[in-house]
Amino acid sequence: MSVTPDLDRRTLLRRAAAAGLLVTPAAGLLSACAGSTPSQNDDSAGEKSNDNPFGVQDGSAVKVVIFNGGLGDAWAKEDQAIFNAKYPNVTVNMSSTQKIKTEEQPKMATQPSDVVMNSGADMMDISTLVNEGAIEPLDDLLAAPAWDSEGTVADTLLPGTVGDGTYQGKFFVVNVAYTVWGNWYNSVLFDKEGWTPPKTFDDFFALAPKIKAKGMAPYVYDAVHGYYPRWALMATVWKSAGKQAVIDIDNLKENAWRAEGVLPALEAWEKLVKDKLLLPGKLDHTQSQQAWLDGKAAFIQVGTWLKNEMAATIPPGFEMKISDYWGLGATDKAPNDVYAGAGEGIVVPAKAPNKAAAKEFLRAVLSKAGSAKFAELTKSLASTKGSGDNVQDAALASANELMKNASSDLISIKLWNFYADLDKESQNLSAELMAGRLTAAQFVDKMQAAADKVAKDSSITKQTRDA
Amino acid sequence: MRHGVARFVTGFLALPVGLYLFYVVWPFLQAAGYSLTDWGGYSDRQQFVGLENYVRLFSDELIRKAFWHNVFFLITVPLFTIALALFLAFLLNVGGRGDKAGIRGVFGSGLYKVIFFFPQVLSLVVIAVMWQQIYRADGQGLINGVLMKIGLISEDDPITFMYDPEPFLGVPAVLWWLLLIAVWSGAGFYMVLFSAAMQSIPKDIFEAAILDGAGRVHTFFRITLPLLRDTVSVAWVYLGFIALDMFALVYIMTPSQGGPNHASEIFASVIHFNAFQKGQFGYACAIAVALAIFTILLAALQLRITRRERIEY
Repeated sequence: MSVTPDLDRRTLLRRAAAAGLLVTPAAGLLSACAGSTPSQNDDSAGEKSNDNPFGVQDGSAVKVVIFNGGLGDAWAKEDQAIFNAKYPNVTVNMSSTQKIKTEEQPKMATQPSDVVMNSGADMMDISTLVNEGAIEPLDDLLAAPAWDSEGTVADTLLPGTVGDGTYQGKFFVVNVAYTVWGNWYNSVLFDKEGWTPPKTFDDFFALAPKIKAKGMAPYVYDAVHGYYPRWALMATVWKSAGKQAVIDIDNLKENAWRAEGVLPALEAWEKLVKDKLLLPGKLDHTQSQQAWLDGKAAFIQVGTWLKNEMAATIPPGFEMKISDYWGLGATDKAPNDVYAGAGEGIVVPAKAPNKAAAKEFLRAVLSKAGSAKFAELTKSLASTKGSGDNVQDAALASANELMKNASSDLISIKLWNFYADLDKESQNLSAELMAGRLTAAQFVDKMQAAADKVAKDSSITKQTRDA
Repeated sequence: MRHGVARFVTGFLALPVGLYLFYVVWPFLQAAGYSLTDWGGYSDRQQFVGLENYVRLFSDELIRKAFWHNVFFLITVPLFTIALALFLAFLLNVGGRGDKAGIRGVFGSGLYKVIFFFPQVLSLVVIAVMWQQIYRADGQGLINGVLMKIGLISEDDPITFMYDPEPFLGVPAVLWWLLLIAVWSGAGFYMVLFSAAMQSIPKDIFEAAILDGAGRVHTFFRITLPLLRDTVSVAWVYLGFIALDMFALVYIMTPSQGGPNHASEIFASVIHFNAFQKGQFGYACAIAVALAIFTILLAALQLRITRRERIEY
């Protein structure tokens, strides 16, 4: 952890800046910005109190960057209003983008934004952020009193939210959306045809010919982003092989991929592909979701942001509902575990100039009022308790229903947040399995080999989970 | 007087050279510096590790794969682009019927020139997005849609373009489809380049050849091509650079940026993965520096081989 090379770099930059000033004022400005030390903790001046637990300084500014993806950014503007109602003299500079990494990563080492919603295809790798010490632990946020309800912030969160944001024993990521994943279907169509959503792969394989007879493909998936089918594959693995098997996989335990139940789960998917139950062609997430809305396929698997993402093109007479991922049946070790958890993570960079306001802003995001607005605007649950209580929406209601029947354990996979290499490999292999170029057995062999390689690589920081 | 001129020239050059040093040469040097560290890219912590990154580079399977894919582009992109551009330029300038008006291009060559040059006006990202629609891997894609309408392929079996890693002539199909875009988007510019060079060849040489009874093919291979040698050689170097890059197309168009399952991995996509996804900036910089050295050597070699006596006319 030597800082000397960096100091050298800075000195050089300053010299270059001096030279640059002779050449062009713009160049001088730029390098001055890159070389200067970010202002340290100007927030400490603010008075700390129960009502202002981080000591937000009056007249300061906080820069908030929102990921403008499936959930949009309207909900964040509501949080801004809530925050500003309490702190009228604190300026919130909010911007939204889909290019989180492209725009925020270059600033992380010098002058980052204060609040960054790190989500989407272009997100910054979480394990790297943690290992590099680039983001701030937010345990004090959890311990702070809740914005507009009793108890602490931690008390207001749904189960799994703290765990999903915890790395190496510290809470780093505030995941704001509580997402439920599963298989979506059009309930109007299913009622009309008298079909019931399957619970197991066997149910699905029995229903599939009837769906095909209607000129529909039974299933469509996102062939561009490997992490879409990966959710479904891993959910089946969890249901079939049980929680401990997945924990072992995440912990890179020897032969974890060869545990009982893993292979049969993947073989069910192999059969789905081999039996030609997929919509022909290779589509991305929105194209495949549109194909499903257009009635070309009966099932699609995705999270609860679906309705908001496709809001503009849902045809009349289409009622989307979510059902649980399919298990294998009697042999399942965890048939009732639902894939749900807090997603869409917000982080505070370690070098953020106004951390107090950043944390206070997050407290506003997790407020009762903010969460209710979130659920209302996005048709997704917030990661706080009771956010969806007053929202009338069939899709949201079906997700609520699914959660009510869920067992106490939630399916959660850490592998791809722990290791960038395994993230890439598991995405690639999931796509290959779905493309029919890989058998389940080959998938297991290749994942095991990749996991062993990471386990042996001393340049990669290892992470573990207990539950 | 001479001294005054030097000051005058320096005055003009100071600004551009200064900008170039600051924005181009300095970042290059920085990257070379980072390549000797284990910098992660998200913090200001870094440690000097010497040549460790370079040693690691040689045993990286992914880089080996990317290397061969880049070599594929290095051979095919210049070859096909230059061949197509030469063919088009020849037809547009001297391919037409020779008559009283002298040597000229085929009928309507002015219009063709504009059409062929058009892709050059578009940014590479626009081209990639446009071709995504052309290559869309279901019935709504341009190519698939047309082929399905005329019944050449079945609706259940569309061409999968960017999702097809099956080898064709030993090279993943996805690379051939990318090559088609690269050639399509590049040929127009080199056509104009070659056109300009052809127009500077005196017409009487062509007229003399025609009087001696040479056909189009003979004229092309015996006169045009030898006289264009310098231009073609420069074009080859430029296209070599493009072939070693190819990042925009791979990044925008292929699944998981280099997929399916690494079938279209190139140097640039490996650098991107290591730097921005894996958080190993130091290692990524080492790959980039290795690529830069490789590129410079290649360009030097290329210009050396093709150097010949100039023909003055």
